[in-house]
Amino acid sequence: MQRQVALIKQSLFDQGYLDEQFMELEELQDDVNPNFVEEVATLYFKDSARLINSIDQALERGSFDFNRLDNYMHQFKGSSSSIGASKVKTECTMFREYCRVGNAEGCLMTFQQVKKEHATLRKKLEHYFQLARQAGPKETARRSK
Amino acid sequence: MLNPGQGRGPDSGVAGGSSNSDPFPAGLRVLVVDDDPTCLMILERMLRTCLYRVTKCNRAEIALSLLRKNKNGFDIVISDVHMPDMDGFKLLEHVGLEMDLPVIMMSADDSKSVVLKGVTHGAVDYLIKPVRIEALKNIWQHVVRKKRNEWNVSEHSGSVEETGQREDGDNNSSSANNEGSWRSSRKRKEEEVDEQGGDDKEDASSLKKPRVVWSVELHQQFVAAVNQLGVDKAVPKKILEMMNVPGLTRENVASHLQKYRIYLRRLGGVSQHQGNMNHSFMTGQDPSFGPLSTLNGFDLQALAAAGQLPAQSLAQLQAAGLARPPSLSKPGMSVDQRSIFSFENPKIRHGQMMNSGGGGNKQMNLLHGVPMGMEPRQFAGGGQMRVQQQQQQLSGGRAVGQNVQSSGMMMPVGGGPSMLQQQQQVMLSSSVPRRSETSSGSRVLPAAATTQSVVFNNFSSELPRNSFPLASAPGISVSYQEEVNSSDAKGGAGFGNPSYDIFNSYPQQYNNNNDWDLQNMGMVFNSHQDTTASAAFSSSSSTQRTRAEHVQNHHQQQQFPSQSLNHMNGGGSVRVKSERVAETVTCPPATTLFQEQYNQEDLMSALLKQEGLPLVDNEFDFDGYSLDNIPV
Repeated sequence: MQRQVALIKQSLFDQGYLDEQFMELEELQDDVNPNFVEEVATLYFKDSARLINSIDQALERGSFDFNRLDNYMHQFKGSSSSIGASKVKTECTMFREYCRVGNAEGCLMTFQQVKKEHATLRKKLEHYFQLARQAGPKETARRSK
Repeated sequence: MLNPGQGRGPDSGVAGGSSNSDPFPAGLRVLVVDDDPTCLMILERMLRTCLYRVTKCNRAEIALSLLRKNKNGFDIVISDVHMPDMDGFKLLEHVGLEMDLPVIMMSADDSKSVVLKGVTHGAVDYLIKPVRIEALKNIWQHVVRKKRNEWNVSEHSGSVEETGQREDGDNNSSSANNEGSWRSSRKRKEEEVDEQGGDDKEDASSLKKPRVVWSVELHQQFVAAVNQLGVDKAVPKKILEMMNVPGLTRENVASHLQKYRIYLRRLGGVSQHQGNMNHSFMTGQDPSFGPLSTLNGFDLQALAAAGQLPAQSLAQLQAAGLARPPSLSKPGMSVDQRSIFSFENPKIRHGQMMNSGGGGNKQMNLLHGVPMGMEPRQFAGGGQMRVQQQQQQLSGGRAVGQNVQSSGMMMPVGGGPSMLQQQQQVMLSSSVPRRSETSSGSRVLPAAATTQSVVFNNFSSELPRNSFPLASAPGISVSYQEEVNSSDAKGGAGFGNPSYDIFNSYPQQYNNNNDWDLQNMGMVFNSHQDTTASAAFSSSSSTQRTRAEHVQNHHQQQQFPSQSLNHMNGGGSVRVKSERVAETVTCPPATTLFQEQYNQEDLMSALLKQEGLPLVDNEFDFDGYSLDNIPV
């Protein structure tokens, strides 16, 4: 079981969903904070959902206040990079680039990508954490210091 | 808390920390500010893993109020650049000026311009998100570095040299050596401080870093030199040569110049409305300004106007002014101080007050215009002048070398040599450069207060006339009190005003708000006197509260027009600060606190409430001393 969990995690890295920042987080996990990574991820998804909502609303309004959109996205990108959400981060960067040049169409399009990657990552991580919990503390609380 | 005494040096506890008994940097008190909850959580975890004591905060305003409430509660601040309620750089400025803590900026944005902005605003480091724990492991170095620099910036060349040596050798020498040199340097500085006042001997011993006391005169000399060389071209070496002050080192000047530059920048940028800059600059900087004692209120006024007078100084000034106007500061000095003050103020106040007075002179002229004008009006007696002077000093000190300088200014004023000393001592005792100084200041005040209480009373009478001075004085004393609390709550002994005591009890958070302090002072004063002071305060307080714009206008009007205005001006000066404060905005709650604590606040509170202005610390632009503490 633990091996399975390890494999899943490895694939997430290999496929570029996660980057080394995620590993940094895992290093912070220990016996005292055995579920730290999961807690952070949960917090991230909750907070980013809020951001996504805000951006959605802003885009729907159609006014395209690029500054505002960029601000939201800056924050979103910051969060995403903090947990190592690599693909999400990439899409965020693209979105900001479109904002910078004032390309509304590009923003809309990219934002769909952002949402898609976000949702995908969420599912994958949820699955991963679930398995990890089942596998036992050894796997999740691994702290390779 | 980083204890210089115990801080053996980098090798002692930092690196692996295991071998040395010195736990440092474990226990480093970090305040981390970020509106992103995910990042905040991660950072907290990382910092805890580094064995730091972490306080997290998701709003800049809250962070500032936390910092103000616990002047010595933190060693270092880490802040995000993009935050909804306040720009990270603004927070950076405030912290640097008011508390003189090292601040690390961080952001997902790694563009050169932003990083540069961090540097120019005085950040000690800039981290790119996502932050890795390795980057956080070494943040203690900024705390150590700052402390060392402060140590070195001592007007006693001997000490400086020693520290300098120590610095060089520190990293390489054993912890024992470091400790030894630290101690010896410190001791020396403390001794020096003792010489000055000798009141707070005990403070001196606990004092961690002696600071150069940038007295009003000294600062005036400094500013004169800078102006002569040209602000942009002024280099510490040349300034030092021009000043020709024995015992002053290039490092002292450099540090003072840096602060001064920041101060100017803020003035230029914010002048109009926010006294914040000034305020933070001044208040935060040096407790050293604290020795307001000499400022008999006169200075306070000036300072208040300038907004430069740090809370401490104001308090002291007030104390000084109040206690014994004549004795406090040498009349001659007052004048000087004033000018100093003028320098400072104009710059800061530039936008705010000076308009009426200095017109466009950014730099000194403004100050001159303001304080000078105010002074005569406000202070009938010399005592008042003193306060002003001190204030000026403070402002001066603040601008440039917050830490020590402020104290320096105050001390020389001569009004309260003991006070000064106390201040220094206090400052010394507090290892943390920023707050401690303030504390010192407060200490001094008590001493001064006693004698000054008399003065204070006198002052009050004058207050009605010159709203300004009064305002400042109270503020000063108030702020002083707060600081005093830490040192020795002599209580209103000196002042003989209940307010004094009140101040003591009042948390230091207001210290930063000089303006506020001033106001408070006024308020307190009012309680005693029930005079126009209160009125002045209200006006001042209101002014302060209002955001820069308000304050400025108000302030300006007040300052220059008639005496009655002065009274207001007192508030106005406070206002100037308030402008600053306005920015910080963290004050409002503080203000309330303040009021609650002090009985005298009633008056003030009422006034303030009317105004609806937060008793922001910034009120006093005086050198960033937040008179705010003055719980009027």
